[in-house]
Amino acid sequence: MTNDSPPTSALDLAAEFLDRRTPLDRVRGVLHRYPAVSPAVVLVLAIIVFGSINSRFFAPSNLSLILDQVSVVGTVAIAQTLIILTAGIDLSVGAAMILSSMVMAQTAFQNGLPAPIALFLGLVAALAAGALNGFLVTRVKLPPFIATLGTLNVFIALTLLYSGGQTVRKAEMPELMTWTASAFPIGDVRMTVGVIIMIGLYVLVAYALGRTAWGRHVYAVGDDAEAARLAGISTGRVLMSVYVAAGAVLAVAAWIQIGRSGAASPNAGADLNLDSITAVVIGGTSLFGGRGVIWGTLLGAIIVGVFRNGLFLAGVDGLYQTLAIGILIIVAVAVDQWIRKVRK
Amino acid sequence: MKNHMSRGKKTLLVGFAASAVAALTLTGCATPASNSGGQGGTGDKIGVSLIVKTNSNPFFVAMQDGAKKAADADGVSLTFAAGKEDGDEDTQIQAIEAAISKGDAGILITPNGPAVLDAIAKAREAGLFVIALDTVPDPADAVDITFATDNFLAGQYIGQWTSATLGDKDAVIGLIDLFDDKAVSVDSNRDQGFLDGLGIGLGDDAVNGDEDATGTLAGGGKYTIVGNEASQGAEDGGRTAMENLLAKNPDINVIYTINEPAAYGAYQALEAVGKDGDDVVIVSVDGGCAGVSQVADGIIDATSQQYPVKMAELGVKAIVDLVKNGTAPKPTDGLDFFNTGVALVTDQPADGVESIDTAEASKICWGGK
Repeated sequence: MTNDSPPTSALDLAAEFLDRRTPLDRVRGVLHRYPAVSPAVVLVLAIIVFGSINSRFFAPSNLSLILDQVSVVGTVAIAQTLIILTAGIDLSVGAAMILSSMVMAQTAFQNGLPAPIALFLGLVAALAAGALNGFLVTRVKLPPFIATLGTLNVFIALTLLYSGGQTVRKAEMPELMTWTASAFPIGDVRMTVGVIIMIGLYVLVAYALGRTAWGRHVYAVGDDAEAARLAGISTGRVLMSVYVAAGAVLAVAAWIQIGRSGAASPNAGADLNLDSITAVVIGGTSLFGGRGVIWGTLLGAIIVGVFRNGLFLAGVDGLYQTLAIGILIIVAVAVDQWIRKVRK
Repeated sequence: MKNHMSRGKKTLLVGFAASAVAALTLTGCATPASNSGGQGGTGDKIGVSLIVKTNSNPFFVAMQDGAKKAADADGVSLTFAAGKEDGDEDTQIQAIEAAISKGDAGILITPNGPAVLDAIAKAREAGLFVIALDTVPDPADAVDITFATDNFLAGQYIGQWTSATLGDKDAVIGLIDLFDDKAVSVDSNRDQGFLDGLGIGLGDDAVNGDEDATGTLAGGGKYTIVGNEASQGAEDGGRTAMENLLAKNPDINVIYTINEPAAYGAYQALEAVGKDGDDVVIVSVDGGCAGVSQVADGIIDATSQQYPVKMAELGVKAIVDLVKNGTAPKPTDGLDFFNTGVALVTDQPADGVESIDTAEASKICWGGK
C-alpha cells in the first residue's frame, strides 16, 4: 500500500508501519500459499543431519526401507487428512483399519472365501465404519472428536469379538492377501507393492482434492462450514462422502498392513490412531480445517519415519525418538498458528 | 472450527453427555466383568475373581480358559475381569472392589501397575486371599502368593541354548524388547536372562541396554550387541524393530525377541532381505501353540515355554483348598513365588541344555493354533 505523497500525519505513519511487509511476512505468505514447504524443508534438513551422523542412513536400501516402514501410517494418514481438512478429526482410524484387516483375513481363513472376495468384504467393513462416523457427525451432529472417540471403542470391541483375539498368519491366507509385501528390487532399492499403492493413492487423492469440484467443496466446508452452506454446498453430503472415502482408504491400508506383518493381528497398529494425526499435523495441514495439501501429509509421515530411523542409527535411546516427535508436533502446530495470521 | 451452537443446544449436549457418563459409570461399577454362574461367596459356591491385564492378549485368554476348567471341576463361581489395555489400573481396581462387595473367597490377578496393589491390600484386609499370576508384584508380599513363570530363567534357557549352538563362533546380537518407554519386569527379566545365559555381563539386571556393546561370550567367541528396539510385542512392531537393527548392522546372526509375535514379525523382515537362512538364529519366549508351530516350521529356532493355563488352574485349586481345608499354598524353595515351570522348546537340541521337541510341546501348549 503506497501513498503517492509522503505520509504526514501520525495516523498515516502508523498505518504504513502496520501495513509493512517484512521478510518474515513474505515467508509467512509463501507458507500460507504452499503449505507443503515447511515439512519439505524439515525433511531435507533431517536427512542431511542424520546422514552426516551415520552414513548408513544414506544407503538407498535404508531410504527405501523408511518408505516401506511408513507405508501403513502414510496410507492411514490420507484418511486422517481428508477428515482434518473438514475441520474434523478421527480418533478411530487405526481401530477401523484393524477391524477391516481382521474381516479380510478371517473371511479368507475361516470361511475359505477367495482372496478378492475377502478383500472386498474388508473394504465393505471399512466403508461401514466410515459411514458410521459420517452418520454420527452429519445426522446426529456430534462433534467428530466425540463421535470417533466412541466409535474407537466400538471398533476395538468388535475386532476382538469377531476375531476372538486370534491372529491369522500368512501361511493360512491366499497369496494375494500379502501381495502388498512383494517387492521390485531395483539395485539396492526395494520398492514394495505397498509403497507403490500408497503413492498411487496420494496421487489419486491429490487429484481429487485439487482438481475436482468435490475437492473444492471439502476445503470450503473445512474452512467455513456455514459460509459453504450459504453458498449452496450440501455440507452434510460432503462430510459423509469424506468419511466414507476415508473408510475406503483404510481398507487399502489394512491390505498393506497384512503384507508388512505377514499376518492379520488384532493387536497390531497400537499407535496408529495418534501417529496418523502426527503425520497430518507435521505435514502442515491445519487442525482447524480448510488448509493443507495431501502431499504435506506424506512428507509428515516420512519425517516421522526418518526421525525414528535416523535417531536409532545415531545410537540414541528410544525415548529420545518419542521426545523428538513430540517437539516436532508442537513446533508444527505453532508454525501453523503463526501462518494463519497472514493478512491477505 | 467456527461453531456457533446456541446456548440452549450447548447445555442440552453437555447435560446429555454428563448423564450418559454417569449412567455408564454406574453400570460399570455394578458389573465390571462378565459373570459366569451366579454370585460368589453367598450360598454354597466358592467365589473367585480372575482379573487379568487385558483380554486382547491370547496369553490371558488362555489363563481364563484354564481357570474356567478348574472352576467347573471344583464347583467354583468364577468372575472374569480385564483391563482395557496393558497398564489400565482403574478397571482392575473396580473389579477388586466388586469382588470384595460380592464376598468372594479369593482373587487371581495379573496386576497392571502399583495402584492396583493398594486395592489388593484392601481386599486382603477384608479377608480375601489374593494370588498374583504371571508376574511377581513389587514388593512380593503385596499379595498372599504369586504363581508365575520365572521369566529370568526362561531367558537364561534360550541364552544357554544359543551359547551351546554357537560354540565358539562370534555373535552379532540384536535385541527386540517389549517397550522402550515403560519399564516392565517381564521385559527386563527375559532380556537380561538371555544375555546372562550367553555369559554377557549385565550391569543393572533391571535395565535393558546398559551392557557393554562388545566383549567375549561364555563359549569363547566375541559378541557385538547392535542395539535394543521395542516391538510392542506384536508382529508389525517386530518387523520394524528387525529392519532398524539390520539397517544398523546387516551382519546380525543372533536375535532375541520378547515373544513369538515379535519373532514372527522379525522373521518377515529377514525373509524380505533374504537373511532367513540357517546361519541366523531367532529365539523367543512364550510357548503358545502358534509359537510352537513356528518353531516346527523353522521360523523360530528355540523358545521357552510357559504355562499360563497351569497358573490359573493351580490358582483356583489353591483357593478351593484354602476354603475347604485351610491349607495355604507355599512358594517354591529358594524363590519368592510358586514356579509354574518353564521348558525349552526346540527341534535342534544343543549339548548340555535340556529341551523338549515341538511334538511334545504342542501337546501342552496354550492358546489357539
